[in-house]
Amino acid sequence: MATAAIPKTKIIGGSFLIEDRTTAEVFTPEDFTDEHRQIAQTTEEFARNEIVPNIEKIEHKDWQVTRDLLKKAAELGLATVDIPEEYGGADMDKISSCIIADRIAVSGSFSVSFGGHVGIGTLPIVYFGTKEQKAKYLPKLASGDWIAAYALSENTSASDAMNARTKAVLSKDGKHWVLNGEKMWITNAHFADVFIVFAKVDGEKFSAFIVEKDFPGFSVGAEEKKMGIRGSSTAPLILNDCQVPAENLLGEIGKGHVIAFNSLNIGRFKLGAGVVGGARNALTNAISYAKERKAWGKSISDFGLIKEKLANMAIGVYVGEALAYRTVGMIETILADIDKNAPDASTQIRKGIEEYAVECSILKVWGSEMIDSVVDEVVQIYGGYGFVEEYPAERSYRDARVNRIFEGTNEINRMIITGWLMKRAMSGQLALMPAIKQLMDEVLAGPSMGEPLEGPLAAERTIIANAKKAGLMVSGVAMQKYMMGQQDQQEIMGAMANMIIEAYAMESAVLRTQKLIENKGEAACETAIAMTRAYISGSVDKVESEAKRVLAACAEGDMLRTQMAILRRLFKYEPINSISARQHVADRVIEAGKYVF
Amino acid sequence: MKILVCMKQVPQKDAPLKLNETGTWIREDVSYEVNEPDAYALEEALRQKEKHGGEVVVITAGPARSQQVLREGLAKGADSAIHLEDPGFVGLDAFNTAKAFAAAIKEENFDLIFTGLQSDDYGYAQTGVVLAEIMGWPHATIIMQIDKQDGGIKVKRELEAGFFQHVDMPLPAVLTIQSGINKLRYATLIGIKQAKNKPLRKVTMDEVRSSLGDNMQKIEKLYIPQKTKKTEMLTGSPAEIAKQLVEKLKNEVRVL
Ligand SMILES: Cc1cc2nc3c(=O)[nH]c(=O)nc-3n(C[C@H](O)[C@H](O)[C@H](O)COP(=O)(O)OP(=O)(O)OC[C@H]3O[C@@H](n4cnc5c(N)ncnc54)[C@H](O)[C@@H]3O)c2cc1C
Ligand SMILES: Cc1cc2nc3c(=O)[nH]c(=O)nc-3n(C[C@H](O)[C@H](O)[C@H](O)COP(=O)(O)OP(=O)(O)OC[C@H]3O[C@@H](n4cnc5c(N)ncnc54)[C@H](O)[C@@H]3O)c2cc1C
Repeated sequence: MATAAIPKTKIIGGSFLIEDRTTAEVFTPEDFTDEHRQIAQTTEEFARNEIVPNIEKIEHKDWQVTRDLLKKAAELGLATVDIPEEYGGADMDKISSCIIADRIAVSGSFSVSFGGHVGIGTLPIVYFGTKEQKAKYLPKLASGDWIAAYALSENTSASDAMNARTKAVLSKDGKHWVLNGEKMWITNAHFADVFIVFAKVDGEKFSAFIVEKDFPGFSVGAEEKKMGIRGSSTAPLILNDCQVPAENLLGEIGKGHVIAFNSLNIGRFKLGAGVVGGARNALTNAISYAKERKAWGKSISDFGLIKEKLANMAIGVYVGEALAYRTVGMIETILADIDKNAPDASTQIRKGIEEYAVECSILKVWGSEMIDSVVDEVVQIYGGYGFVEEYPAERSYRDARVNRIFEGTNEINRMIITGWLMKRAMSGQLALMPAIKQLMDEVLAGPSMGEPLEGPLAAERTIIANAKKAGLMVSGVAMQKYMMGQQDQQEIMGAMANMIIEAYAMESAVLRTQKLIENKGEAACETAIAMTRAYISGSVDKVESEAKRVLAACAEGDMLRTQMAILRRLFKYEPINSISARQHVADRVIEAGKYVF
Repeated sequence: MKILVCMKQVPQKDAPLKLNETGTWIREDVSYEVNEPDAYALEEALRQKEKHGGEVVVITAGPARSQQVLREGLAKGADSAIHLEDPGFVGLDAFNTAKAFAAAIKEENFDLIFTGLQSDDYGYAQTGVVLAEIMGWPHATIIMQIDKQDGGIKVKRELEAGFFQHVDMPLPAVLTIQSGINKLRYATLIGIKQAKNKPLRKVTMDEVRSSLGDNMQKIEKLYIPQKTKKTEMLTGSPAEIAKQLVEKLKNEVRVL
């Protein structure tokens, strides 16, 4: 039976661009331990038996229902995996935490309330709280008696949260911080008990505070009327001479950004896991509808164009799982070695998660865009019934959209992906510069492409290796042209981010499938292989077109022609029959009536 | 009370099944779950323990994968587990399975043994009854409710047509439990975590082989029923349809 499957190798964040990984070095859903599987089962049962029957009430903003569900989730331990045992938490690994975010996702509204509470609301206290703060707040949060929220955004600053206007001034007697300002878009606002509020001390030093709903001067404004996740509470907080006890400063004065960004990193990988779960759930609905719905005397699931959609959805979930669990696996490898009783344990844990800022951003961007394409096609499969409220397609379509906006918009995350990698490259933390130089020398030297790869998925692995080379080449060209000014070239940064995102996604998919083949043999992995091939055939097209876009913006004339010649060499491969691959995938999910991998 | 709960791992209810090569059973590559009535049996045992104290032990016979059901039992609150681990246990009939269980527990003193009413795969509804016979204990089937009383238990059995039977029984006894009689609990995360450290005793095929005999029942052939019904839509004006219908009832179905 599977146990202790967490890979041993500690991997440098962002190194997937320049290093190849073996299958033993990546964690995949197939590596779940028995414990992980049990947690998945409990979460699925909770979602099916407790959340699904209450979706109507949740959507009508019956906050008590949501609170009761959060309480129940807390009692089962689903809401407390990240809280240490000494404060009443279940205290389990981050993989479990990811599994829960994934399998609980049957209602966008509930998932957002849940994430606001267990993730960005509670974790700042877990990682940055003093002993006293932890002892005071964590047991109440762990029991579900109290619900948490996270208040960073303001009406004039959300993407650039550091420009917050909310101000904190220490009272003359030094006993209280007096907070003034307004926070906006705060999830759980109308039923949370404790808020992590960011404000600038003396209007300058960005800091975090623990604010209880009953503190004098605290109030919650009108509920927003939203497009989706209507059963989650989103409202402004009004801080009018709000008195916060001096000891409720969280972390250090002027270090609020560390708390804000680390919470978002965690928020992002949980969001990534959540959208994979949401997409899986939407796919299940779509399959059963497509099987039932008759047109032209057949089930619409018999039509090629519908099969293609179902296959694409299944592929999205498969690759999404690969991305999410590979990322959380790397985090867990680092965390597993940290002595939880060490005085700086929280700092080490944070550092471990921060290491994979790029991977977390990739997961967030890729996942939120994947689910949007899934729910869009689900509406399409439902036809007219996808456009009306009686069926789940319409709700999931509305609910998915916000994932591209919060936890850092996808634009901001794209800038983080390229910017963070460039920063690491410049500081030498990541050997990107030497890799670019070596690649440039290699490609300019002519068409020797080294030894051909062998074994399962050799063609796909070659495509990925070349896609990475193209990424490096394009980076080199762009850096030469713009030097540090590249930060201002957002379109180029964005295109590079897209190449990086696809490289990580393709590689994660291939590694997952390769590992499956190693364990089960090629014959038993037909569907996984088909999904991987079909994904890569589409993905590599995206990489190629982004590469061209950047090159054309950076060079012209002979230079551009030379670069394009190199690019063509890198993207020379025989196309696979992706139509039959998708048909195979669709037939499998239609036969099973659900996503089965 | 010390209660043993027999739990079986069966293919998931909605799993698409494929026949194995010999056409005598299904292929192994499906998803599995706990046999439904066994889950209720476990829940009932845990409730009895909560009311009266004692101990709950879960037992299964099957290959390595079937350990999952024991883990589930332990996570939900059972105190220990016994795994008769061998792929060979899958092919045993109810008589031999009961014999294997009896052999595996001969050193232990249970007050009650619960099994599910029947298994979702073979559906024999025999293992519990045969086990009682081998142990020389009384048994009752299709149990809806169990109340402990002085010197024994009082159980409620489900009969046909909405009738129930109430029976006083001495202990020890074997009961086969009906599905749906209680509300199943979840395995909590703390429970899942603690389950790892609970005792799990493994019993090999060799240890019980001498107690087993030949299977008394054998599956000769398993097949997926062919779809034989065919619907034909009659078209035309009502008069034409009526004519066609009469024609068919006369000549094809021959009921007129
Ligand atoms: C339902 C919901 C729940 C939320 N929950 C919370 C919560 O619990 N706590 C919390 O603190 N916040 C929360 N938010 C706020 C959320 O994080 C912000 O809405 C988000 O960060 C975007 O900020 P904004 O709305 O001010 O958009 P803006 O920052 O005004 O962005 C507008 C557009 O400009 C783009 N843009 C902005 N800056 C740049 C740039 N430098 N380069 C390129 N493009 C740029 C953005 O990508 C976006 O497309 C929530 C929002 C919603 C809708
Ligand atoms: C807001 C709204 C207003 C409308 N107004 C009118 C109106 O004024 N008058 C009117 O008559 N109708 C109207 N309709 C109905 C509309 O034309 C139908 O909803 C539409 O034609 C789709 O049919 P359906 O909903 O039955 O979907 P279905 O036919 O069930 O289609 C479901 C899915 O199966 C696919 N599909 C079906 N057949 C095939 C095939 N052979 N091959 C491949 N894929 C297939 C579809 O493309 C779709 O993705 C309206 C619908 C809406 C939502």
